[in-house]
Amino acid sequence: MSSAIVLNTVDPYATPKKVLTYAVMLILAYIFIFPLLFMFSSALKPQAQIFEDLYSIAAVLPTGDISLDNYVSVFESSRIGLYFFNSFFITTTTVVLSLLVNSMLAYSLVRLEWKGRGFILTFIIALMIIPLDGIAIPLLMLVSHLPWIGWDSGLVLETTWLNTYHVQILPLIANPFFIFLFVSFFKDIPKEFDEAAAIDGATPFQIYWRIILPMSKPVIATVAILQFLGGWNQYLFPVLFTQSEGVRPVMLGIQQFFGNNTEWGEVMAYASLITLPVLLVFLIFQRQFVQSMAGAGIKG
Amino acid sequence: MNISTKYGIGMGSPAFIGLGLFLLIPFIMAIFMSFTNSRLLSPNATEFVGIDNYAQLLSVNYIVLNAERNDEGLIKLDKDGDIKYPRVRRHLKSNYPELRSYYELTSFSWGENDKVVILARDPIFWKSLYNTIAFALMVIPLQCGLALGLALLINRKLKGTNFFRTLYFAPVVTSMVVVAIVWTFLYHKDFGLINQYINTLTFGLVDNINWLGDERWSMKAIVIMSAWQGAGVQMLIFLAGLQGIPVDRYEAASIDGANEWQKFRYITLPGLKHTITFVMISTTIAAFGLFVQVDVMTGGGPLDSTSTVMLHAINKGFNEQDTAYGSTITVMYFIIILSIALLQKMYFSKKEA
Repeated sequence: MSSAIVLNTVDPYATPKKVLTYAVMLILAYIFIFPLLFMFSSALKPQAQIFEDLYSIAAVLPTGDISLDNYVSVFESSRIGLYFFNSFFITTTTVVLSLLVNSMLAYSLVRLEWKGRGFILTFIIALMIIPLDGIAIPLLMLVSHLPWIGWDSGLVLETTWLNTYHVQILPLIANPFFIFLFVSFFKDIPKEFDEAAAIDGATPFQIYWRIILPMSKPVIATVAILQFLGGWNQYLFPVLFTQSEGVRPVMLGIQQFFGNNTEWGEVMAYASLITLPVLLVFLIFQRQFVQSMAGAGIKG
Repeated sequence: MNISTKYGIGMGSPAFIGLGLFLLIPFIMAIFMSFTNSRLLSPNATEFVGIDNYAQLLSVNYIVLNAERNDEGLIKLDKDGDIKYPRVRRHLKSNYPELRSYYELTSFSWGENDKVVILARDPIFWKSLYNTIAFALMVIPLQCGLALGLALLINRKLKGTNFFRTLYFAPVVTSMVVVAIVWTFLYHKDFGLINQYINTLTFGLVDNINWLGDERWSMKAIVIMSAWQGAGVQMLIFLAGLQGIPVDRYEAASIDGANEWQKFRYITLPGLKHTITFVMISTTIAAFGLFVQVDVMTGGGPLDSTSTVMLHAINKGFNEQDTAYGSTITVMYFIIILSIALLQKMYFSKKEA
């Protein structure tokens, strides 16, 4: 076969192929999105309307007898506001501390010279194999006996970490994978930046804070996004570590609500409420999400 | 100490403390606790018990049951016409006192009238292990295959692919707890959309499936949902891998007259080798940690058909407060994960050589 002909011929099947690709992509899109559409639409419907709509496309559309009644019921019959605050507080604190702690260690490992750092880096990479959920039981044993200095109209010594905010925050912060992501990024920043700043009398911490961090927005976004998802969606640790409602996050709130409630619409309203913030963040920072997931994969 | 060392250790120490306290120490504690009788809350001091926990977890045995016979020596049949056998637990108590801590795991017929009963001291652990492996074997090909398919579609760079990519990825940012609750409704036997769609597509030929209530379907239901939720991540990873394959390879193949399948088989797949290794290992490890979905949807049932290693560890270590036994399961879990990761690494690097 002559190659020139192949190159210059227009594929006669180009259009049908395109149509077929779009058809497949649309069907898949429906498969990937209908549970979420069902959730958001059912949240607006009373039970009777949900069951009536099951047999047509109306099941995934906000049609018929729709109102915000289910949302009102959720706020009246559950402590969703409290859980929301808890989740929000836990997640934001976790993200901020995680960015600082992991990037500082990474900086120390790749840009400062001290004995033993090579070994520590290897060791941390090996730690990546330990899944955090896997150590839940010994961690439960540990945190139930750890001391903490608390506040109860004066400083008091607490003898356990159970039923606190910090037990849902601190174990998530230092993360070998995030350290690894920072290490890979910091490694590629030219050393001249540090050297120039050092000559001007900057301390290593100032170099990290004023020069390295401002140059590292992509990796900061990646870690922030992954930690945000991990914090907001965490389930196992709060199940084990928090028996008191006061500090529980939204995921435990909805699980309890789901267990005690037979109204589909109300459960869906609760589910929609706790999904919306993440979905919005995702839609706004889509590009960063996509890059962070892809980058996390390639480098891992 | 020079300034570099001082700052190096100072800036690293928050992370050192975190890793040590919340990762390394619990990991070592798991190993230690598995040799003790430690409980979450106990007035008694913890004692060293040797390998008792491992014996409890791993002991298996078997007995042969003979068919029951009546006074004339004829085999007794039950009302369905099946051979009647003695009740396992009662039989063990009266005939095998040394096996009294064992329970039936499974059985199969042996010879003409006999039955072999496999016994385990903790049958739920073995069922959970079986379920976890079954879950992994089903979800890995489904999820990775789906993800690769999506990535190939997106990579055609037609107009609007970014929009589709967003839709395919949306389940990933939805929390697994929410996903599990929504899918519990979708899987409802009478009012679930999944049965509704199957009904429509098969013109009503298929009976409604009791997805989460039938032990033949429960794990498959969890597999389908999990693949749906997670495929978006692997799709993005595959997509990045695809974009790393030089375009001129495809051009050269076109010139040589290669068809689409040949290009996929001889350029795309080899080009994705590292990506595939990574995706396989990470998906396998995640699959072996299966917990949230079953905890929310089935609690391990029906008939332990969706119990998993992690769920069993949490049930023992947390719900029954037997932290020593929970730690023993944790150690087994780590041994499994580490050996799989090593095997997969060896397999893929051997293929490379």
